[in-house]
Amino acid sequence: MVKAKINGKLVEVAEGTTVLEAAEKIHVRIPKLCHNDDLEPWAACGLCIVKNGRNPKMLRACCTPLEEGMDIITTDAELVQTRKTVIELILSTHPDDCLACPRNQECELQRLAAEFGVREQPFPKRLRFLPIDNSTGAIVLNPEKCIRCGRCVKVCQDMQNVWAVEFLGRGESTRIAPAGDVLLGEGPCIRCGQCAAHCPVGAIYENDQTTEVWEALMKTGEGEKTCVVQIAPAVRVALGEAFGLKPGTNITRKIYAALRRLGFDAVFDTNFAADLTIMEEGTEFVKRFTAAMKDAQAGKAPAAAVLSGGAAGAATLTGAAAGAALEGPLPLITTCCPAWVDYLEKYWPDMIPNFSTSKSPQQMMGAMVKTYWAAMAKIDAAKIFSVAIMPCTAKKYENSRDETMYSSGHKDVDVTLTTRELARMIKQAGVDILELPDEEADSPMGHYTGAGVIFGATGGVMEAALRTAYTLVTGEELKNVEFTSVRSISGIKEARIDIKGTEIRVAVAHQMGNIETVLRRVKKAKDEGVEVPWHFIEVMACRGGCIGGGGQPYGCTDEVRKLRIRGIYDDDDKSTYRASHLNPYIKKVYAEFLEEPGSHKAHKLLHTHYTPKPIYMK
Amino acid sequence: MEKAETGFSPELSAFIAEWKDKPGNLIMLLHRIQEEYGYIPRDAAERLARSIELPLAKIYGVITFYHFFKTKKPGKNTISICLGTACYLKGSQALIDEARDILGIEGDEVTDDGLFSIDPVRCLGCCGLAPVLMVGNQVHAKVTKDQLVDIIAKYKSA
Repeated sequence: MVKAKINGKLVEVAEGTTVLEAAEKIHVRIPKLCHNDDLEPWAACGLCIVKNGRNPKMLRACCTPLEEGMDIITTDAELVQTRKTVIELILSTHPDDCLACPRNQECELQRLAAEFGVREQPFPKRLRFLPIDNSTGAIVLNPEKCIRCGRCVKVCQDMQNVWAVEFLGRGESTRIAPAGDVLLGEGPCIRCGQCAAHCPVGAIYENDQTTEVWEALMKTGEGEKTCVVQIAPAVRVALGEAFGLKPGTNITRKIYAALRRLGFDAVFDTNFAADLTIMEEGTEFVKRFTAAMKDAQAGKAPAAAVLSGGAAGAATLTGAAAGAALEGPLPLITTCCPAWVDYLEKYWPDMIPNFSTSKSPQQMMGAMVKTYWAAMAKIDAAKIFSVAIMPCTAKKYENSRDETMYSSGHKDVDVTLTTRELARMIKQAGVDILELPDEEADSPMGHYTGAGVIFGATGGVMEAALRTAYTLVTGEELKNVEFTSVRSISGIKEARIDIKGTEIRVAVAHQMGNIETVLRRVKKAKDEGVEVPWHFIEVMACRGGCIGGGGQPYGCTDEVRKLRIRGIYDDDDKSTYRASHLNPYIKKVYAEFLEEPGSHKAHKLLHTHYTPKPIYMK
Repeated sequence: MEKAETGFSPELSAFIAEWKDKPGNLIMLLHRIQEEYGYIPRDAAERLARSIELPLAKIYGVITFYHFFKTKKPGKNTISICLGTACYLKGSQALIDEARDILGIEGDEVTDDGLFSIDPVRCLGCCGLAPVLMVGNQVHAKVTKDQLVDIIAKYKSA
């Protein structure tokens, strides 16, 4: 332990604690800009300067470990003046068009400028005229607004291990860009949007598509379009933050109500489609698993060889091969996360046969809306405008990823909006969401089980799949549906699940940078021809799962993630049905329309395939 | 982005293999690649990234940080004009401007015939000869503006 003083107050902290952390522990606030709780500090901005005793030297609190006997002063006239100068210098290379900036009133630099009472700009403006990059269609990079704090680079490299951006050049010409200054969409970017969620200013942000949605809603009034909307599991526990609620507060029914006030004709819940995903993916898993077990028992092949999958190379599992529906090697890997799909197609194409062919809930809902529901509501599918509200920027890319995203004969999901965009639309409309009466979603695709809602958290897809897989394997219902070993926020979780004497080994990974370890172990086992370490793997690209998605309200930390996860599991806890196959409306759509999981129709509408992609297109 | 026509030579491949696992190898490897091609072609950087298992972004971070490394193919003759303190005081900026004028190029451009490019450099290490410039490995000392036409002509016909 280290004993020292901060502003005259005695503190005792563990060795290695930084001055900043020690100060925050005793509620002493030190201004900071480049610092972010998710990232290792790297002292880029110079705002967190403090002094030690009478030493005039200024130390950066974020990177200075508190030492025995230090006498830290966090504020005095000189420190305040110096910090203000730092802000003025940053502002000298930053445009002043705050009123029309995507981060207006949510900008950390703007907030600091206000706090420090910046009234004049003493340094000459030196703006950099660099073009805006909207090549991904999901996130927009505006290098002119970049203050080069480096958060996005840290996030992309350290947290996500994607390396889509790097500091290029030096000195004044330093810019954040992909290798060789190619466009974001031409490089390794997986569109997870974590850069946007961590950017303190308006330099990287979601591609705002609210105008497109307003235009469609305008046509609804004129009877030209029918606007349908779905909301993802993670949205309900985070949207409230934009209206002053505590993270994790579940406002599902108020969101339904608000969406109707915005003018949507039908409000559905992606959780229903999540239940559908479980029916398909759970069946897919059980098929692959039992086939592997049967082959092993029949001595047809050593278990190891079967489990590691015969499919060599980067063969594409095509949806057209209906005969081979749902078959493939183990481990089965989940594919609800489009950023993860993109990552795998670029970095691990030889694992494509292990990917679940089941579409994500967003896309399943899209396909169902323009086929099943269109027929039921007697609406021409061509007139339906389908919107998805997602915690995610990559979902904007997913909705046109390949031809299977047009399985209804139209674009299954027309536009994807992030949670942040929905918050803006509600504010634009002047809808006081918190004062609205609770409403229900529309039937039948608004009814969901607890298994559907937990898709929003890391481990949730796995847990939901296991709840149904248990029944598919044993024909019995689980007494305790909670698989708590796959919950929690640790990066890689492993569990052995006993299904009446049959052991299923599962792994759950979230935050892209953690995935490589898991895949390397699978690949090693495959290469050596030994049994793969797991049968089923869930991957989500963002830390904490979708609740920590790149399109969620700003300011996400582990504390916020835990609260949002709590909100998700609370919803599960109070659900009448907690396994997807028990959802009466899921039974209904299979009976009326889809026949059975993996049927020809289900395959056409609810499954997809994957293609190896180059990391750099240029 | 300019592409190299050929793969790595056996010597270059052997060099990379030798340095592959040594810490701090990147700068060394990039020097060697630039020696081979005169610059760092895009596909050479990509091939290097694969062989030493380093993200391409990291490599470009280094290439663009150091002035020495080029991502664009230079002219057959690179005219390196010293901008070190001594040379600068003796008017080397005027030499750069004049040489650009004569050749009709700007920045890191290459003349249409592919023969010349100009590279302003920091201190060639022979301040007694200021202002100094180098064409390839040839040093030209105490250069004046009016000598430039002749110097350039010499390399044009060579």
